[in-house]
Amino acid sequence: MTDLEYIVDVRQVKKSFKDVRAVKGVNLTIKPGEFLALLGPNGAGKTTLVEMIEGIQHPDEGEIFLAGKQWKNHEHELHQMIGLSLQETRFMDKLTAYETMRLFASFYKLDTVRVNEVFKLIGLEEKKKAYVNNLSGGQRQRLALGVALLNKPKILLLDEPTTGLDPNARREIWNILLALKKEQNTSLILTSHYMEEAEFLCDRIVIMDQGSILAEGTLQEILTLGGGHRSLDELFISLTGRHLYE
Amino acid sequence: MNRITNHQLYRLITAHFAEIIREPAVIFWGVVFPILMAWGLGIAFTQKGEVHLKMAIVKVIGNQDTKSETKLEGFLAANGIKKDSSYTIDLKNEKLGNVSLAFFETSWPNAYTMLKKGMVSMIIEDGPAGIKYHFDPANAEAKSAYQLVSNLYEFGPTFYAANQSGIEPLTMKGTRYVDFLIPGLLAMGIMMACSWGISYTIIDRRSKKLLRRMVATPMKKSNFLLALITARFSMNVAEAVLLFLFAWIYFGTKVQGSWPALIVLFLAGNIAFSGISILISSHTSNPEIGNGIINALVTPMMVVSGVFFSYHNFPDWTIPLIRYLPLTMIADSFRSIFNEGAGFMDVWREALVLTSVGIISFILGLKIFKWY
Repeated sequence: MTDLEYIVDVRQVKKSFKDVRAVKGVNLTIKPGEFLALLGPNGAGKTTLVEMIEGIQHPDEGEIFLAGKQWKNHEHELHQMIGLSLQETRFMDKLTAYETMRLFASFYKLDTVRVNEVFKLIGLEEKKKAYVNNLSGGQRQRLALGVALLNKPKILLLDEPTTGLDPNARREIWNILLALKKEQNTSLILTSHYMEEAEFLCDRIVIMDQGSILAEGTLQEILTLGGGHRSLDELFISLTGRHLYE
Repeated sequence: MNRITNHQLYRLITAHFAEIIREPAVIFWGVVFPILMAWGLGIAFTQKGEVHLKMAIVKVIGNQDTKSETKLEGFLAANGIKKDSSYTIDLKNEKLGNVSLAFFETSWPNAYTMLKKGMVSMIIEDGPAGIKYHFDPANAEAKSAYQLVSNLYEFGPTFYAANQSGIEPLTMKGTRYVDFLIPGLLAMGIMMACSWGISYTIIDRRSKKLLRRMVATPMKKSNFLLALITARFSMNVAEAVLLFLFAWIYFGTKVQGSWPALIVLFLAGNIAFSGISILISSHTSNPEIGNGIINALVTPMMVVSGVFFSYHNFPDWTIPLIRYLPLTMIADSFRSIFNEGAGFMDVWREALVLTSVGIISFILGLKIFKWY
């Protein structure tokens, strides 16, 4: 039986690719409305873990429950409740922002009312008629976030949503996510290289390296680990001898 | 109406269609280029006026006085028009068409250079022992030049105009080169449009992680592929209609056989290449590898399937293999409907085989399809 106190419940999950053990028996829980940051250098196992939560990778061992359900036999229900924004997704270049949003809305059987609500939420109303390839990097990322929010997801998975954006564009994304947090209806799993992003947005931070969780807790809790550190990077160096952003 | 426009299949079809028609390059390569090709090749091989053949003459010095006139020089001086170091002889024949033969006196190195550059078809060695013809027998133009010049030299300029009563030029519809070409271009259009329009689109969208993003939603996977095929098919219909209209208006091309049979075959061809396109694009996410795979499929068929010239020029043992290539089956069947008056009963086997190939390839492709 799964504990419905948690919207995401990852139990002893392991995943290997040939000889590489990408995830080594990870346990992770997320409460409804909680924002969680998943930090770690490249190769830490963050993406594999998120892909397993997203349902496109299957664990070799262990179980993953989303709102008490596993992916097997519940694909349609679970797709209705998750939202996803990938770092490198590119939409169709010759569709307008509005057409893109309507296309994804049709997958959830949503009408134009919700599409217009989302445009307002992400502040792209003036760019509705612009082709996707004419949007700036920040605007494209906001569009991707809007698409992820169309179905009012219970679980939002964001893979480095602000990588490559300038400070202003990054701040705009943060503001949208902060507004979402106030509603307390959505749980967020955010993978990021930016420590300040995790500090600013998330209730809890999980630091991963080489397929395992090294530290977990609120920012204050994990900084006090091992005698107190000034930053997450400093903590990571003390744990692994390497920088977090490597 | 609102329910239809909100349906995911409708939105996917309109999205794919918008992507096609909003890209000027797609319109050029899909619509304008085939028409230009039909026009260019049709003109080049149908409305031939005077044929021009050029030869290099190399005078070989023997024991004779080099200034003395050879027999060939005497012949050219007597029958041709001299300009600088060249002679021109015009041969007239109303039924065969006129031929203009040009002879350039030059050295061996120059003659070889001219031959290599395609400026002349043949080198004539004019020596004390007579003349020798140097040419590639596999080159049809060079062979024709040899036959004309050797007959001219032996029988004189009147040989070409003689015996006209035994020649009946074919001008009726269905026997011209353009009648051979247009059905081939229509068949090739289906192959190219499906291969690039479906395969490359899938590979490109996989590489941009758009497929992965889409399957993270409740979108039906089959709807995505069905929409892509539908949008591509609509475009293929438009491209084929425009090419046919051009050929009909400009060259007077007509369908002598059954229109329903032509439509069924067009559908079967689209099913075949749509299925094959799904299969070949089912795995890779690297556009460069995708390019290679698509080229490996379409280029051999473009060369051997008889789009531009008959595949019967290939060795006999290859003909049964070529005949069963999808593109050959479509092109041959189109030609039999366009030019031989074929009906449905003449092409149903081809339509069935093409449809089966498409469905089997589609099912196989779906089984191994990678969405991310």
